Amino acid sequence: MTSDSPRPPPRRRFFGAWGRRELQGLFWQVLVVGIAVGVIAFLWSNTVTNLSARRITTGFAFLGREAGMPIADSWLSYNPRDTYLWAFVVGVANTLRVAVIGIVLATILGTLIGISRLSANWLLSRLAAVYVETLRDIPLLLQLLFWYVLMQALPAARAAWRPIEGVFLSNRGLILPAIPIGSPQLWVLGATVLGLAVFYMIRRWLIAQQMRDGKPRPAWPFAVGLIVALPALVSVLLGVSWKIEWPELRGFNFVGGLTLAPEYFALLIALVTYTSAFIAEIVRSGIQSVPRGQWDAANALGLRRSFMLRQIILPQALRVIVPPMTSQYLNLTKNSSLAVAIGYQDVVSVANTTLNQTGQAIEAIALIMAVFLTISLGISFFMNWYNARIALVER
Amino acid sequence: MTAITDMPEAPRAARRPQMGNPVLRWLRTNLFSSVPNAILTVVLLAVLAKGVISFVQWGIANAVWLTPANDSSACRAARGVGACWAIIPEKYRFILFGTYPFDEQWRPALSVLLFIALFYLSTRRALWRRELAYIWIGALALISVLMWGGVLGLSFVSQDRWGGLPVTLILATFGLAFGFPLGILVALGRRSKLPAIRSLSVLYVELIRGVPLVSLLFMASVMFPLFMPSGFNIDKLLRAQIAIILFAGAYLAEVIRGGLQAVPRGQYEAADALGLSYWRKHRLIVLPQAIRHVIPPLVNTFIAFFKDTSLVLIIGIFDLLTTAKTAIIDPAWQQFSVEVYIFVAAIYFVFCFAMSRYSRSLEATSGR
Repeated sequence: MTSDSPRPPPRRRFFGAWGRRELQGLFWQVLVVGIAVGVIAFLWSNTVTNLSARRITTGFAFLGREAGMPIADSWLSYNPRDTYLWAFVVGVANTLRVAVIGIVLATILGTLIGISRLSANWLLSRLAAVYVETLRDIPLLLQLLFWYVLMQALPAARAAWRPIEGVFLSNRGLILPAIPIGSPQLWVLGATVLGLAVFYMIRRWLIAQQMRDGKPRPAWPFAVGLIVALPALVSVLLGVSWKIEWPELRGFNFVGGLTLAPEYFALLIALVTYTSAFIAEIVRSGIQSVPRGQWDAANALGLRRSFMLRQIILPQALRVIVPPMTSQYLNLTKNSSLAVAIGYQDVVSVANTTLNQTGQAIEAIALIMAVFLTISLGISFFMNWYNARIALVER
Repeated sequence: MTAITDMPEAPRAARRPQMGNPVLRWLRTNLFSSVPNAILTVVLLAVLAKGVISFVQWGIANAVWLTPANDSSACRAARGVGACWAIIPEKYRFILFGTYPFDEQWRPALSVLLFIALFYLSTRRALWRRELAYIWIGALALISVLMWGGVLGLSFVSQDRWGGLPVTLILATFGLAFGFPLGILVALGRRSKLPAIRSLSVLYVELIRGVPLVSLLFMASVMFPLFMPSGFNIDKLLRAQIAIILFAGAYLAEVIRGGLQAVPRGQYEAADALGLSYWRKHRLIVLPQAIRHVIPPLVNTFIAFFKDTSLVLIIGIFDLLTTAKTAIIDPAWQQFSVEVYIFVAAIYFVFCFAMSRYSRSLEATSGR
């Protein structure tokens, strides 16, 4: 864009005690806020008129009514006689179930592929590049439908594939051997989490001590004691059984084990593979952003490779990796709403059914938005906290 | 390639005599530089060969390429061993153009070509001037005339008969064309010193970016009719388009804001010193620099919209993915959805891959 002829110098104007800029600012703000309020008021009055014309009562009272919708696949107990509120809770749990596991798996797969792209092995790095390019350039919804069609084309339960003993893949989904988790097992898990937390604090203290006098202090006895021995002790004391439950075919379906329904499995595969392609690029550029001099310096000091990666390279790469990773996690969570296209009952799908059954469009969509805004804010807060922790401390 | 695995090998590679067959030398450094590397190469080659062989068997050797019209018996016979590419010649007109009147389908085809020409022109650096905006307005107007008709002897085609690739391109391109000015305004608003305008912009951006596009599309399809005065009804495609524009505006605003932050303070101060007004300062000095900074991320955002337009499937608008999904409802061809999805994926891939290549080349040239 080129400039036109030179402008005459601005004339000075006086508006009483207020300068021109303040008045202009006030004018624009009043104008924009006025338009926004006007539009909202217009839409609001239309909505109120339309709702009363259609005899739809607004409000969240419908949440207490019986939902009557079937939700096949959930870790929470649900039956169609439950209320809409409980159906929503089950939907949110389903969203979280696919999002949390998806984030973990996508991070692992994406990191592996990102590192593969940097491999000295030409074949491996090319294959990783092809993976990234292909998955990134095809819409996620298309990939999801594709995986779902493949799931449905799998053999019936009778002729299920058995890639490994005890694992079945059929049009009923993926069935894995599992350890039934009840309250005694939860106590042991609780002890593990407690042990981890205490170990983390002890390790911080040990590092602080090392910072003071330079003497390294081994942390592994504490790790063994707190993370392995403590849960084992709890397990023995409570007499918890860790018997693995093997799935078996009875009639036309499987009994026992952990079942991943085809809808859930297809959604998980689609989200994980798609997001991992983006994460791979983030990891690659993060590692590449570490200057070569850092590698050379670490080598010159004669550090072991694992120590070098852990203490020199990764901390620097993470600073570049974490912020874009946050937005990928948010994307994965939001993309899990595509579940509605294949009939996995996440919160969007439940809200959609609710909307069709009750006509409470505004409330249902408001609930979806509230749930996703909360999840987004939660992930943002956590990742910002983590980012602040690993950020470069400048003196 | 930075060193994540080649680092420890460096001294040994230097000792090795650099002679002999260049092919063998290349193989040795890139595929067989160490024992683990050689094992990895062999394993990968075996897996790759197995994959390629089974794909060639399914997709080429045993595939059915053509069948008599509306007869899927040959495909059914080959089911499980070979692909049924015959479904593509059978259904491609519907997949590409939906229910657009069959004899008039040259019009959406021409529109698609116009879109491609428009994208191509937009990538020419020499055309990054004000004229490009006029080219866009002209091309989009021409496409509207072609699609709707009703003038110049073209018969009128209402937009509920539109479908396929043109709809995908329309949703993405109009989303960009209207979302871009909106994004600029919101980005400026977010950096404004005026508290009311700043908080409105922040609210808009965070609200839209915090929720999935699906919920915005639901809003457009079920809530929009409630928002409007009774009797006033907007077509479903236009409602989805509005949702995509609002969505695009928020994401583009964040990209443009990044560009605004990259413009050095001195530029703002110099413009102020010249006594330029707020709008002239931004139009003449700040925005041209800011937007040049962010063209690669803008292209990436556009790729994302292009893919995201496929979500309109959920509210039943006939874009490329929906027509593909509808084409395989036909009971005779129902079992061959994988082939159709591969065909449609290839179309999406060509568009997105071309754009991402372009964005990469821009990054490479502007990074210097």
